[in-house]
Amino acid sequence: MHLLVCGGTGCRASASDSIVESLKQELENKGLSDEVQVIMTGCFGFCEKGPIVKVLPDNTFYVEVKHEDAVEIVDEHVIKGRQVKRLLYQDPEKKQSISDSKHMDFYKKQIRIALRNCGFIDPENVDEYIGRDGYMALGKCINEMTPQDVIKEIKDSGLRGRGGGGFPTGLKWEIASKNNADQKYVVCNADEGDPGAFMDRSILEGDPHAVLEAMAICGYATNASKGLIYIRAEYPLAIKRLKIAIDQAREYGLLGKNIFGSDFEFDVELRYGAGAFVCGEETALIHSMEGLRGEPTIKPPYPAEKGYLGKPTNVNNVETFANIPVIINKGANWFNKIGTEKSKGTKVFALAGKINNVGLIEVPMGTTLREVIFEIGGGIKDGKKFKAVQTGGPSGGCLTEKHLDTPIDFDNLIAAGSMMGSGGMIVMDEDDCMVSVAKFYLDFTVEESCGKCSPCRIGNKRLYELLDQITQGKATMDDLQRLRNMCEVIKDTSLCGLGQTSPNPILSTLDNFWDEYVAHIKDHKCPAGQCKDLMKYVVIEENCVGCTACVRVCPVGAISGEKKQPHYIDPSNCIKCGACIERCKFDAIIVK
Amino acid sequence: MEKVKLTIDNKQIEVEKGTTIYKAAKQLGIDIPVLCYMNLEDLGIENKPGGCRICVVEVEGRKNLAPSCSTEVWDGMVVNTHSMRVINARRTVMEFILSDHPKDCLTCAKSGNCELQDMAVKLGIREVPGQEYAEMSEYKIDFSPSLIRDLDKCIMCRRCEMMCNEFQTVGALSAFNRGFEAAVGPAFEMDIEYSPCTYCGQCVAVCPTGALTEKDHTRDVINALADPTKTVVVQTAPAVRAALGEEFGLEAGTRVTGEMVAALRRLGFDYVFDTDFAADLTIMEEGTELLDRLTKHLNGDKEVKLPILTSCCPAWVSFFEHNFPEMMDVPSSARSPQQMFGSIAKTYFADKIEVKREDLVVVSIMPCLAKKYEAQRDEFKVDGNPDVDFSISTRELAHLIKEANLDLKTLPKEEFDTPLGESTGAGVIFGATGGVIEAATRTAYELHTGKKLEDIDFKQLRGLEGIRKATVDFEGTPINIGIAHGLGNARKLLEDIKAGKSEFHAIEIMSCPGGCIGGGGQPLHHSDSGILKARMKAIYEEDADKPIRKSHDNPYIIKLYEEFLGKPMSEKAHHLLHTCYFDKSRKVEIS
Amino acid sequence: MSHIKVKIKEKDLNTIKQICKSFNNEPKELINVLHKTQEHFGYLPAEIQEVVAQELNVPVAKVYGVVTFYSFFTMLPKGKHPVSICTGTACYVRGADNVLQEFKRQLGIEVGETTEDGEFSLSCLRCVGACGLAPVVLVGDKTYGRVAPDGVKAIIDEYKK
Repeated sequence: MHLLVCGGTGCRASASDSIVESLKQELENKGLSDEVQVIMTGCFGFCEKGPIVKVLPDNTFYVEVKHEDAVEIVDEHVIKGRQVKRLLYQDPEKKQSISDSKHMDFYKKQIRIALRNCGFIDPENVDEYIGRDGYMALGKCINEMTPQDVIKEIKDSGLRGRGGGGFPTGLKWEIASKNNADQKYVVCNADEGDPGAFMDRSILEGDPHAVLEAMAICGYATNASKGLIYIRAEYPLAIKRLKIAIDQAREYGLLGKNIFGSDFEFDVELRYGAGAFVCGEETALIHSMEGLRGEPTIKPPYPAEKGYLGKPTNVNNVETFANIPVIINKGANWFNKIGTEKSKGTKVFALAGKINNVGLIEVPMGTTLREVIFEIGGGIKDGKKFKAVQTGGPSGGCLTEKHLDTPIDFDNLIAAGSMMGSGGMIVMDEDDCMVSVAKFYLDFTVEESCGKCSPCRIGNKRLYELLDQITQGKATMDDLQRLRNMCEVIKDTSLCGLGQTSPNPILSTLDNFWDEYVAHIKDHKCPAGQCKDLMKYVVIEENCVGCTACVRVCPVGAISGEKKQPHYIDPSNCIKCGACIERCKFDAIIVK
Repeated sequence: MEKVKLTIDNKQIEVEKGTTIYKAAKQLGIDIPVLCYMNLEDLGIENKPGGCRICVVEVEGRKNLAPSCSTEVWDGMVVNTHSMRVINARRTVMEFILSDHPKDCLTCAKSGNCELQDMAVKLGIREVPGQEYAEMSEYKIDFSPSLIRDLDKCIMCRRCEMMCNEFQTVGALSAFNRGFEAAVGPAFEMDIEYSPCTYCGQCVAVCPTGALTEKDHTRDVINALADPTKTVVVQTAPAVRAALGEEFGLEAGTRVTGEMVAALRRLGFDYVFDTDFAADLTIMEEGTELLDRLTKHLNGDKEVKLPILTSCCPAWVSFFEHNFPEMMDVPSSARSPQQMFGSIAKTYFADKIEVKREDLVVVSIMPCLAKKYEAQRDEFKVDGNPDVDFSISTRELAHLIKEANLDLKTLPKEEFDTPLGESTGAGVIFGATGGVIEAATRTAYELHTGKKLEDIDFKQLRGLEGIRKATVDFEGTPINIGIAHGLGNARKLLEDIKAGKSEFHAIEIMSCPGGCIGGGGQPLHHSDSGILKARMKAIYEEDADKPIRKSHDNPYIIKLYEEFLGKPMSEKAHHLLHTCYFDKSRKVEIS
Repeated sequence: MSHIKVKIKEKDLNTIKQICKSFNNEPKELINVLHKTQEHFGYLPAEIQEVVAQELNVPVAKVYGVVTFYSFFTMLPKGKHPVSICTGTACYVRGADNVLQEFKRQLGIEVGETTEDGEFSLSCLRCVGACGLAPVVLVGDKTYGRVAPDGVKAIIDEYKK
């Protein structure tokens, strides 16, 4: 019997490691340590209900487990074979508990390729990876396939880069393989920087060997003997597990010289990012690995010709790599049957925001937004109304009701004015102001622009400032015209992908929420009630009993009035902190 | 070379593969506006970060606009450099740049000579929308002895960073911060004075805006000229006369020596002298030192240090003080011509005209900004009074002349005053890379061999290559000469010396591209290397026209030694004309 | 002006030298060196950068250029209890900004600052990957999920002396 405890970052933040300890302790107390293994796995994906504990072989899926539940799990489930009902997942609609995750709406529509091992294996134990066909694909490549065969297989699979651009992976490998050099490199881009995306992290934490194996396969296909993983320094757990994985792989001869007894040699090193979103761009990433400022340079030359230290370099992201071993094992023809015509396979999304089931999901390309949000995601939190879903992070756009039935793939999202990006998916409800959302993303871009090219360095700042004017009700309708023009020029003239896509959150909200912009400008109103500068706190005289509680709590002395007389809020002093509303027992203060 | 055909603005052209759109368009006479891009052809100096995005053009089939400075052409490419999409983009980008740029053009040192200003004119910018609430990046202004940095005006073209790091390998400047806050400056935003800066001024020479300018000393000069108690003498460096005319609309390479003398006299200088005189003097001292070391070396003295390196260039002096303190005994101890002049003017000449040292003001006109710093070095002061009071650049002189309502073009040609105004062709060629060593060779040859030189043009020492090598036959003794311009090239030669691999007996080093003609104080070349070449040509023409072309033949030099100094390297000469160097490297100390 | 002196304790100097040496004093390892150095000293003040520059033979201006480019590197010492508020999108839409404002108010410092007693410093970070717990706050290594403004005081109190 196995007890799998989620060791993803979300669950660990909810102290899942203490659950492991308690379970182990309890098993030891009961003398069951030898029969029952407690394993800390990678992310199960269902972060909303974490920490999660799964019992094998019966697949019981316990949610929101606390360390004090360990006694009951051991006593009841392990010893007596009875499920702990209160820890089972409750289907919100049918109001019944579900014990096997595959019957839950959250998991039903998912197909897990990149996440295949996350939540199933102990990521710190190479044997468990091998036990699930790990390193079989690498062996198959080296023993049965030529590098050209491998490239052909990847090309036939139709796999496209999961980091955002969607460039065909096989083609990229082919270009890198054709450039001759004494040294070539394979780089794994694990500098996941989209705010609200954490799929790469989960893969690295939950299945590090999958990435190492894929990099070695890429090395074999492109004739590169060195691999580098560029990983965010903010991901300590992923770094730790990668280090363990690299050591184990070396020990097993899966990395290093004479892999599988062949002449093929490949080893992997880690390089650390240091907090620069722009380093997701491959030329910037390479400069960063060279110890320089992470500024992008003009392509061509592409990294495949002149990359790390001037040598041909193939850069793929984590999720792309995670697909590779499966494609080799199951064949291109298996893989390319999943998905849509031009986007094959699956995509991992980090589902977050105002949604019931926050978590990490993997669905076939072509799944609709509606399926993702309302079936897998369980709909909008607190019964609110769906307003928009943001995909593609700061490079993407906000999609609306009318896009809900669009099958998700690279091209459809671009056609709809957004993009796949790395897979962040943030759901918004009626309380979210779309101008503010656009401003939020521009704030991010302004902070993360490297500053090399003027449209991105200055233009994005100007976009942010103009959005700020709009949210303060100080803009004119002409400014909206100017806003759009600035957006288009920045897209058209920026040096790298960061600036070329940074206006997307504005353009998509201008397209889809034009009325909301107009309301800020013409009516000086924020329909979502979020823009503080456009709010006014007023006293409803009929309700006010003149208790003076609000006067006492107001931090800036903006409220005045005689005892037992209706009070008055001076709008020029009010800082809209909301303290008075909280204090008033008579619902006498409202926001207009 | 493989050729490709393309169409730019409906015109067909065939160019070499690998050409950029910008260069291909240029061949068609289409001048695509560029801002950050800079190319000094034949000098191997190119800056193309593709950062300003002003030079964008529309390429058929391409999703976004292409930066023409760094996009290579391909066969069948169709380019439009002025579609409305391009023009709108260019204007909008320019508005962005201007929205983060101060609007104090009236009092900006670069006004009238500013590439950003010119671009605003060209693109017809009339307003910067949203300026009322546009935040501007702000930094403190940094005043140093030679240059002023006002980063509020930096547009991140990165030219200065490229010059400082790639061409000069000084490494005083780097881009710092990120995004809107990014700018180029020294570490920790310290004053440049505390950085390894050599004041070569190449950052100023390439800056397209008023972010980097010289420290202006014209007001000091005006005050000195206005003071009736002061006798003011002026010395003009050789490279000035080959470039000053450009400021007055004359074609590059026009020599204006006589007109310049006339202008200086009309400005009220009491004596108009020539740094070339001091250049001749430098040859006497440096050449003698070279011969001295060489003779000892040939006689088997293992102690003597060879090669000997020239020391005329103050930025070069700072460079080895910062970077090669362990090799301070390698360069010649001879002071630079500017300082030799100041020293002689305030002793020999002051005595002659019976003016007290403190009442004599020495002004130098230099193509150089490091000279400002050099003039302020403590070792060149006597009781706090500097040998050279003020050093102003060619550009500053042009301002003074214009301010005095003088038109250089219509002035008569006049002669320098004597005794410190007489010079030879050898002194003149100090202004171009290779010139100092050629001048030294002319003298050293005759002194060493006792024979008269038949052909004094050592053409093998001339040119624009970064590092040049030549062997001159001193009647059976082959003398290996090395020449470098640009401190990056100098560094390579120094590393060789350090490693004991140097094959040279003597090396000339100049910091600026082309030597002093490309100095940081010269009229701005705006990335046209043709200007540098024309100035170089003018220098050699001036040399060829001189009746005397060897320093040791200068009658006033001979007289100076007879009347005052004795002989080269005499004790007096040592005291007045030589110097020592200081370790300025960064040192880590245990606290 | 004579040469520029950088003062540093011998022990610290040796530590930096050792770190640089462990990366073969290669300029391309600058970022790795800075990571290790910051890990050891907590921050990267000017004198440390000067030593790193000398050891790797890189201009100190370039080292500073790199340090100021990456948000992970800091030239200021952090508080004993560094408070980081996630301002990733998921946290943003779930009210991270209000939480941030409350921390600023309670601690009396702005983002990037440290309290006078050196106990707390405040910073923002982008997505720690715990979106399920949004809004998320980190104090040191400890993660707090679903933080509301009225829960801020309790978090701070946990660390008060």
